[in-house]
Order: sequence, then structure tokens, then C-alpha cells
Amino acid sequence: MSFHLILFLAFGAVCVGGAVNLLAQRHPINSALSLIAVMAALAGEYLLLGAEFVAAVQVIVYAGAVMVLFVFVIMLLNAGEEQETKGSRVAVLLGVPGILTGGVLIAWVVARHSGTEAVAIGALPGPPADLAQLLFHDFLLPFEVTSVLILIAIMGAVVLANKPEATARKVD
Amino acid sequence: MVPLSYYLLLSGFLFACGVAGFLIKRNIITIFMSIELMLNGVNLSFVAFAAHWHALSGQVFVFFVMVVAAAEAAVGLAIIIMVYRTRETLNVDQVNLLKL
Repeated sequence: MSFHLILFLAFGAVCVGGAVNLLAQRHPINSALSLIAVMAALAGEYLLLGAEFVAAVQVIVYAGAVMVLFVFVIMLLNAGEEQETKGSRVAVLLGVPGILTGGVLIAWVVARHSGTEAVAIGALPGPPADLAQLLFHDFLLPFEVTSVLILIAIMGAVVLANKPEATARKVD
Repeated sequence: MVPLSYYLLLSGFLFACGVAGFLIKRNIITIFMSIELMLNGVNLSFVAFAAHWHALSGQVFVFFVMVVAAAEAAVGLAIIIMVYRTRETLNVDQVNLLKL
């Protein structure tokens, strides 16, 4: 058992545990914290795949900025425990065997038909310079379009989250 | 030696957890977090394939997915705040009308 595999299994266990915990928890703040654990562990997986820059961005943007936004909104709205609602029995009876069958089928196909050699950290074409060359050269147009998207999202968020009275006052 | 299939299975599991959360959760914020979980699962398979095929484009796509996810989180949470302001609830079962 190589060191790589041990690291993969450790980070993967944190990922799986966090994802299951997200489903199991009733309070949104607990779900948010387990999602942060999943994202941090995924950054570790990216490191194992030789994508150092993606790992750093994952921690900064996802586990940092996006999740802070989530936690902030949960605290702002004072979200409490989730209420139980009655689910359909047919969904449970058909869904659980269906999910199991599908999962086993997909796992079997994926495990059978793919294989790859392991990569050392930093051995892959992942240095930020190459990435920047690709991002600012080959993908320049999509990059610029995403900046417009971000601008629109910022304006949309401000307009949507603004209090109606505040807007009315400004118009007067 | 970590085969590609391990990464794909982990990615598929995360995506499936996201789908399950989206379907069974009743809190609108938790549903939103499940969507983020799905996006993260997809990102993992992008990076795994980028490593497998020695193609950097996969990592560039991860950046675009992250940008879209960040924009989506900002707008979505603003919508959640607005829904909470008008309806005083975060339970999706009680938010079943587009118009008040």
C-alpha cells in the first residue's frame, strides 16, 4: 500500500463522512460545517492529483468565501432545525433498491474499465504558469465572459437582498 | 498507486450525496448546499481526468465551475433572504407559490 493510496483514502474518508453527515444533520449550520470539511478534504485530493493551484483556489474560494457566505446567511436568518415531512412510501420502496443497483452497476463499470498510473505531487502539468498561459490565452474569451457574469451576479445580489423600503426611499 | 477509478467513484459518491440531499432535505439553505456538493463532485472528476489525460484544460474548467458556483451562491442566497423576508420560513414545503 503506497503512501499515495493512504493519503487518498484518508482524504476520501473525510469527504465521504462529511457528505453523509451533511445529509444526516438536521440543523443547517452543522450541514454547512461538514460541507467545509468535504471541501477542505477535496483540496487535499487535488494536491494528490498534482493540481496545486486548484487546491489553493478550492480552499480560498470554496471553503473560504462561498461557505462564509452560507454560514453568514444561516446566522442572519436564524435558521432552526429542519421540520420533518412525510415522504412517499413508494419512493422508499423503489428508490433504495434502484439506487443500490445503479450504484453497484456504475462502480463495476468504472472499476473495470479505467486505470491510471499514480502521479507525484508537482509532476503533472499543473504549475500555475502553464495554467495561466491556458487561461489567459486559449480561454481568454470565456474568462472575460465570466467576469461579466460575476458583475451581473453582484448587481443581482445587491438588488435582490436590498430591503424594499431602502429602494423606495432612494427613489423619493 | 491510485487508479483513476477510485477518484471517479469518490466523485460519483459526492454527486449522489448531493442529489440525495437535494431531494430529501426540506431546508432551502441545505438544498443549496447540496447543489454545491454536486458541483464539488464534478470538479473532482474534472481534475482526475485532467491528471489522467495530462490535459490542463480540465483544471481551467474547474475554475469556470468555481466562478459559476460563486455567482450562483451570491444570487441564490440573496433570493433565499428575499423569500424568508416575505414568507418567514425556510421550509420548501411551505414555499409552493411563486406569487404571494
